[in-house]
Amino acid sequence: MTTLTEEQTNRTWVWRLRDSLQRFFDSDIFYSFRRSPVTVVAFLTTVIFFVAAFGAPILTPYNTNDVATLDLMNAFFPPAWIEGGSSARLLGTQVSLVVGFLSVLFSVVLGVGLGLISGYVGGRTDHIIMRIADVQLSFPAVLVALLLFGFAKAILPRGVQDAVAIYVLVVAIGLSNWVQFARTVRGSTMVEKNKEYVQAARVIGRSPIAIMVHHVLPNVMGPVLVIATISLALAIITEATLSFLGVGVPPTQPSLGTLIRFGNNFLFSGEWWMTIFPGLALVILALAVNLLGDWMRDALNPKLR
Amino acid sequence: MLTYIVRRLLQSVLVLIAVGFIAFSLFSYVGDPINNMVGVEATDAEREWARKTLGLDDPFPVQFARFAAKAVQGDFGQSYRLSIPVATAIGERLPATLELVFVAAVMALLIGVPLGVYTGLHRDGAISRILLTISLIGISLPTFLIGILLIMVFSVWLGWLPSFGRGATVDLWGWESNLVSWEGFKSIILPAVTLCLFQLTLLMRLVRAEMLEVLRTDYIKFARARGLTNRAVNFGHALKNTLVPVITITGLQIGSLIAFAIITETVFQWPGMGLLFLQAIQFVDIPVMAAYLCLVAFIFVVINLIVDILYYAIDPRLRLDGSGHAH
Amino acid sequence: MGDTTNAQPLLQVENLRVEFPTRRGTLVAVDDISFHIDEGEVLGVVGESGAGKSLTGAAIIGLLEPPGRVASGQIIFDGARIDNIGYEKIRRLRGNQIAMIFQDPLTSLNPLITVGRQLTETIRTHVSVDERAARERAIELLNEVGIPAAERRVDQYPHQFSGGMRQRVVIALALAANPRLIIADEPTTALDVSIQAQIITLLKRLCKEHGTAVMLVTHDMGVIAETADRVAVMYAGRIVEVGPVQDVIRHAQHPYTHGLMNSIPVVRHDVEQLKQIDGAMPRLTDIPSGCAFNPRCPKVFEYCRDARPELVDVGATRAACWLYDDTRRAGDTT
Repeated sequence: MTTLTEEQTNRTWVWRLRDSLQRFFDSDIFYSFRRSPVTVVAFLTTVIFFVAAFGAPILTPYNTNDVATLDLMNAFFPPAWIEGGSSARLLGTQVSLVVGFLSVLFSVVLGVGLGLISGYVGGRTDHIIMRIADVQLSFPAVLVALLLFGFAKAILPRGVQDAVAIYVLVVAIGLSNWVQFARTVRGSTMVEKNKEYVQAARVIGRSPIAIMVHHVLPNVMGPVLVIATISLALAIITEATLSFLGVGVPPTQPSLGTLIRFGNNFLFSGEWWMTIFPGLALVILALAVNLLGDWMRDALNPKLR
Repeated sequence: MLTYIVRRLLQSVLVLIAVGFIAFSLFSYVGDPINNMVGVEATDAEREWARKTLGLDDPFPVQFARFAAKAVQGDFGQSYRLSIPVATAIGERLPATLELVFVAAVMALLIGVPLGVYTGLHRDGAISRILLTISLIGISLPTFLIGILLIMVFSVWLGWLPSFGRGATVDLWGWESNLVSWEGFKSIILPAVTLCLFQLTLLMRLVRAEMLEVLRTDYIKFARARGLTNRAVNFGHALKNTLVPVITITGLQIGSLIAFAIITETVFQWPGMGLLFLQAIQFVDIPVMAAYLCLVAFIFVVINLIVDILYYAIDPRLRLDGSGHAH
Repeated sequence: MGDTTNAQPLLQVENLRVEFPTRRGTLVAVDDISFHIDEGEVLGVVGESGAGKSLTGAAIIGLLEPPGRVASGQIIFDGARIDNIGYEKIRRLRGNQIAMIFQDPLTSLNPLITVGRQLTETIRTHVSVDERAARERAIELLNEVGIPAAERRVDQYPHQFSGGMRQRVVIALALAANPRLIIADEPTTALDVSIQAQIITLLKRLCKEHGTAVMLVTHDMGVIAETADRVAVMYAGRIVEVGPVQDVIRHAQHPYTHGLMNSIPVVRHDVEQLKQIDGAMPRLTDIPSGCAFNPRCPKVFEYCRDARPELVDVGATRAACWLYDDTRRAGDTT
């Protein structure tokens, strides 16, 4: 008896998955995806970057944790700069991606959380949160990140600075990007809050958190996803910029920006490849993610159909 | 009108006080300022004396008031790194940054807005598509990389333009300028192009999006239904409505130009405020950081105020307080 | 007026078909409709939302939004085709010969431009007068649509007017160049009920004075009953019944029209229950074969599902219904 029901539940589970997959492949979004070759290429490029970056230890014959391999001055002659250089670049991409992702995650959690609170509670809380958002919005991300970085550098003891540099970077970039999420979510929350079913849910005693999670979040996932994608590109660029300025990740954990910074010192002596290859990797990655975000925004925006 | 501006002014002052507060906290609680001033060999007695004379024993509000009073007069103390007054250090570098930002802003506006209008009006045209693709590359190109590429092409390979520094400036009553001689202007071309490119693409895309939004509205449809010419509809009606939000964003963009100048100045070794600030961060030169923060906040506030007034001039709905804000 | 046999109609729409190409095939939003409007006549076009009323209006004035397009048929205005004459020619007709009024007066006026400027701009597009004369005409128009203190209000911005006043401004704008036909697309739907009647009365009076014909698109049978000379009832992109307004109201022939009439609230002593038509109008993606109304029709019979009925003379009106085709009906067993 039990096995039968188990089998049944398994089957319904498979069915449901198949159904939702079918619905996905039949959806307008997948259709517009297939119809846009640029988007498909962008998507594949992003996937390749991920696989290459996180498969770096397996893919390259070099020990990527060995600083000697990363010494790009060794990569002076063509075969070496392809091999040694590319493993450094793969690792660099990995650092860039990790920082990018974590910081976007940070801004999503912070932004969505504050947006929900702001929209749901309203009143003075809402006012304060939105004022902070306004003020912060007028300060560009790079500046906010730089300031936070300088702040961290001033209060942290010298010894731990390198060790926590990546987290400082994540927090700095994440903090500079949360406003958009908060604004979007706040707007939807305020609309949703006044709908009758939410009022009804409140009357029957469901907690505000449950209401928000079940009713508001599903409605804002689309826009949040779009902003997150575009933020990812922005975060990757911001990270590279900070690392290029020498306030990002420590040299022992080079990101693409760090590599470009190294290369820049040799620009005039003719070693252009040290700048160009990581630069190219960075641009292609950012472009691919931006293209995805751009397409997603159009595909999810019914007004533009 | 007056109440509107007064209200905005009050808000601006509040923002400045908040930023000043952050700067002050930075100043007094990050690291011990005494350590930075008296040197390692100082005795406890000397420290105590310094503390007293500097007023660091006073209650917090008093200290903050003193900091604010000095800040208003432009006195942020001595730079730890340069050992000169912060005001002097910044004053020497301010013209370089302002000129750079000015040239970049003008370029971004003069090119970005027309391109945005064009791509908005010719939504599906071939040229629009090409421009949009290029603009996406522009957004994906980090500012510092643009700078490096420009240096590589125009300085290293072609040797046409200088790659670093301000070159030959002309002294205009104490203001060192790059804009009055060709030699000086040559030096500002690459940094300004680098700085403006990102803003230009952003502005173009923004104007385009806004234009598309406006072209969908009922009043544009109604204007077409009245038989107005395309020219009248597009430029007499749509453009005007497009510019309202664009002005706000442009204000913000000029603010971010000042921030992005940090990057450009680093790449081109442009002796401006941004470079000074970056060095300050690396050396934990707190007075310079605090002063930069306050100055940037002040510039932002001024820009925002100008934007608000412009807004007011363009949008009649703001002019009558309280009477129907229907969209 | 009302004599349609001798004079050439002002507007003649023949077999108009409006399509929207989508990835799941082409949607037919307006399906092979024909009607005419005489000089100075008010034609009401009524139907539920999505029936294709507004699109018909937009097609006439050449303002269908892409990807919507006129797939076939002809639109003849004052004896000449206007559906294929190119942008510049149709633009010259717009506002000048054929004007259009949209649903929402709050969004129909450009918020950043004074009412007077919007008026003079429209006047000067079509009539060669100088700015001063245009301004005088603008004030005159505002007076005519019943805006008090027009001299002063001409320099105000739209947000300084109330909803009803704004719709008066919109009407003034439509009348600016003295057009011969006004297409009014739900002109009162967005307004308060108390103001609706005023606006309709105003529109009716002005058009009578100027001899302007009106195509009044609405879903409100009450408005039609008060205003129109003739009425065309649309359902799922087709005209199901057309005829003089009193005949359609009193002796509706098509079951759908009948249902619509029963849904008008009437204050009477023998209070009948307000009837609703069961079901909803089909979406464009799945219009039933045969007569599109057949799934909801109380008098449906077999043949209704097979073939599409054409408009035929039935009493004083014309209706598209197999009920009035005796051979079909006789052939049916039910």
